[in-house]
Amino acid sequence: MPIVMDADRIGRTLTRIAHEIVERNKGVEDIALVGVRRRGVPIAKRLARLIKEIAHHDVPTGALDITMYRDDVTRHALGLQPLVRRTEVSFSIDDRKILLVDDVLYTGRTTRAALDALIDFGRPKAIQLVVLVDRGHRELPIRADYVGKNIPTAPTDVVHVRVQEIDERDEVELVSGGAA
Amino acid sequence: MTTTQQVEPAARVTSLRRKDLLGIEEMSADEITLVLDTAEAMKEIGSRTIKKVPALRGKTVVNLFFEPSTRTRTSFEIAEKRLSADTLNIAIGTSSVVKGETLVDTALTLEAMAPDMIVLRHQSSGAGHLLSRICKSAIINAGDGTHEHPTQALLDAFTIRERKGRLAGLKVAIIGDLVHSRVLRSNLHLLTKMGAETWVCAPPTLVPPEMRRFGVVVTNVVEEAVRDADVVMLLRIQLERMEGAYFSSLREYSTVFGMTEERLRLAKPDVIIMHPGPMNRGVEISSEVADGPYSVILDQVSNGVAVRMAVLYLLAGGADHEEAA
Repeated sequence: MPIVMDADRIGRTLTRIAHEIVERNKGVEDIALVGVRRRGVPIAKRLARLIKEIAHHDVPTGALDITMYRDDVTRHALGLQPLVRRTEVSFSIDDRKILLVDDVLYTGRTTRAALDALIDFGRPKAIQLVVLVDRGHRELPIRADYVGKNIPTAPTDVVHVRVQEIDERDEVELVSGGAA
Repeated sequence: MTTTQQVEPAARVTSLRRKDLLGIEEMSADEITLVLDTAEAMKEIGSRTIKKVPALRGKTVVNLFFEPSTRTRTSFEIAEKRLSADTLNIAIGTSSVVKGETLVDTALTLEAMAPDMIVLRHQSSGAGHLLSRICKSAIINAGDGTHEHPTQALLDAFTIRERKGRLAGLKVAIIGDLVHSRVLRSNLHLLTKMGAETWVCAPPTLVPPEMRRFGVVVTNVVEEAVRDADVVMLLRIQLERMEGAYFSSLREYSTVFGMTEERLRLAKPDVIIMHPGPMNRGVEISSEVADGPYSVILDQVSNGVAVRMAVLYLLAGGADHEEAA
């Protein structure tokens, strides 16, 4: 099965996104990174480290569990009920620019749920979306502000993002044709 | 049920594969752990400014209480509201109820209005099982007679785990009315499944014969139960359920079994004191113990909301899962 991004590629991509974040926001004083559980969280933490190297400023990071906001939470057509994990947003999101970080952007439904979850914490100045992979096939009017890589896929394909912190290696794999 | 989960040790259960929560007896250790883990995420929601998530939007939950209850009913109601469920409360005075038939009729009437879940408190043991057979809605047992009170045992376990980090290997002493306590029965099922070393203590007249079945240590000497305990749990002397003379006077019970600071010194230095409430101050527990530094009695109340949210959420998913399968 093709590995579409290896560890080096992921590393370079995140460095590029970190530069883009600093450039586009003209500074990082009022931004915070919030990762969507699970794999958005380590990606957000890495971006925070990279931003610190570039802009010499600590950016707060948080973790968002969106299980309770999903539109399919009590419709388990796809299998087992997802495990609810802790949300950790220990800073005020009011009047901050929030960078929402996720591994894969697909239908947009996870992002929709994440936006709802985030807005229950306050009124951010703006929310921007960061994704490592955009695989297309949106079902909602949602787009990413920062994209690591666009990967054309068929709806039956499966994109696996693996990160060191959870899966013990960094890679993005594309499994095609319903082989999941 | 547990064996299928143990085929692959890394795989944990991620849903309660059942329609109802009637008792701890039917639950596996994995399912108990799932409820406790989920409750941790739910507890965080209670600390937010907006204490509400949309998980049970559009679901209807009926709280059907045939017995008086303040904390359990309000705890369920808050839990339901924090999950955005629509709730209604039906409280029926015990005097107006003819057992059996009326319960079935009431349940069928409610069922005709298609609620998703019914939270039931009833004075007859097994009332939940009866409803479970005739209702499509998920039934949550909020206390049935002297049988079980599963959400209380789950919130007790959550509170212990929060303070001690584990349940296995802890010495838990449960002291009080063992005959009439559904809280005790649920707790014994839970604590033995999770590997705690459980002691029960009461006057001989308040020790039911089936205690042996649970594999717990039974003693009539309160000092033995308390010695080196990690957790001391007091049970209420349920005067309203006592039809005979179980001991000569409340004063005698209090002198011999009441939890005082002096008795508590025998326990581990970091012991925690629990009580499912409502307390009889000066009978099973002295005020200085109830309000003292070791007491987690109010933590139990606040954790009750998180644990009930977890149960409601997991059962809401589980019921649909069954339909899909």
